[in-house]
Amino acid sequence: MVEITLPKNSRINEGRTWPKPAGATNLREYKIYRWSPDDDENPRTDTYFVDMDDCGPMVLDALLWIKNNVDPTLTLRRSCREGICGSCAMNIDGTNTLACTKGADEVSGVVKVYPLPHMPVVKDLVPDLTVPYAQLSSIQPWLQTVSPEPAKEWTQSHEDRQKLDGLYECILCFCCQTSCPSYWWNGERYLGPAVLLQAYRWLIDSRDEKTGERLDNLEDPFRLYRCHTIMNCTQACPKGLNPAKAIAEIKKMMIERRV
Amino acid sequence: MSKTTATRARPLSPHLQIYKPIPTMMMSIIHRITGVALYFGTLLVAIWLMAAAGTAEGFARVQGIYGSWLGLFVLFGYSWVLFHHMLGGIRHLVMDTGSEAALGKDESRRAAVAMPVVSFALAILVWVVAIMARGA
Repeated sequence: MVEITLPKNSRINEGRTWPKPAGATNLREYKIYRWSPDDDENPRTDTYFVDMDDCGPMVLDALLWIKNNVDPTLTLRRSCREGICGSCAMNIDGTNTLACTKGADEVSGVVKVYPLPHMPVVKDLVPDLTVPYAQLSSIQPWLQTVSPEPAKEWTQSHEDRQKLDGLYECILCFCCQTSCPSYWWNGERYLGPAVLLQAYRWLIDSRDEKTGERLDNLEDPFRLYRCHTIMNCTQACPKGLNPAKAIAEIKKMMIERRV
Repeated sequence: MSKTTATRARPLSPHLQIYKPIPTMMMSIIHRITGVALYFGTLLVAIWLMAAAGTAEGFARVQGIYGSWLGLFVLFGYSWVLFHHMLGGIRHLVMDTGSEAALGKDESRRAAVAMPVVSFALAILVWVVAIMARGA
């Protein structure tokens, strides 16, 4: 259901303002969501000042600069720092993206950083992704066949392989998933853009032989049809993929197999 | 994340409160709002038709209300809402074909930005034509 306000324990208070680094002239202001399970406080937004002459250009650089120089308790996920692992997905300047590929210069004014929207928060910028992972496993994202296994590998024409372009590149950062208002309101039952893009990746794979079963699994008012083409997913994807189009293609496959 | 170590209930991260009102999302919300508004607009048409089928005096009263500045303002709003919802409907229809022209990242944003402009222009056009036709 649509929720306009946050639950009581999730309302965000004004946090503390950390001191400016001494002697720095090129400062950038960051407002960052904080919450710790170890005290009894509500979430808050803390204000930090980053010395841009001492810090790399990306938002992730600034977050790590804060962690190293100002406040070591700031908690976030990160790994590859080059947009391929999907760990540092978060809401920066109002849209979901990867902190490592988002340049601080792409944001005007204060850089506001929140965890991925409408998710339970483990700590600070770390959301609990248990539900989307479970939804991903529910679509069985692996090759399924009934034919006898070939002596070598399952082959595919160049044309069929090309159908996977724009799908296989998904890094499962869940930027799109958690940008979707439909997923916010029906996240328990609607599979969401990231999981549906994965579902389409296996539906369109010429080597997969369980297309019918996969479609049966998606034929549901909630699992697939909660997509109302709001398009936040496509606008958010840091890899430039198009989950909304993948979902539209699944809906078309549903119709095509009926006629 | 198999076992939770949280000592107390986890908060829900903010969503509507912090998400940037990007054009595609706003047009989706406005499409819904205009859809609801159309119910009331259609009610206005129904009242007008019922008055027309009734007494001359009752019809004149409804005409008087609809022809007042406030009435004209509401009617103009209704015609804008009608065009906006119609264009939105067409947009969604094209989206459902899977067309890149409607679902592409930049294309969808441009279409969303154009929605209020085009619907407003169409509403103005209809009113200009209607007023000119009445004057002629």
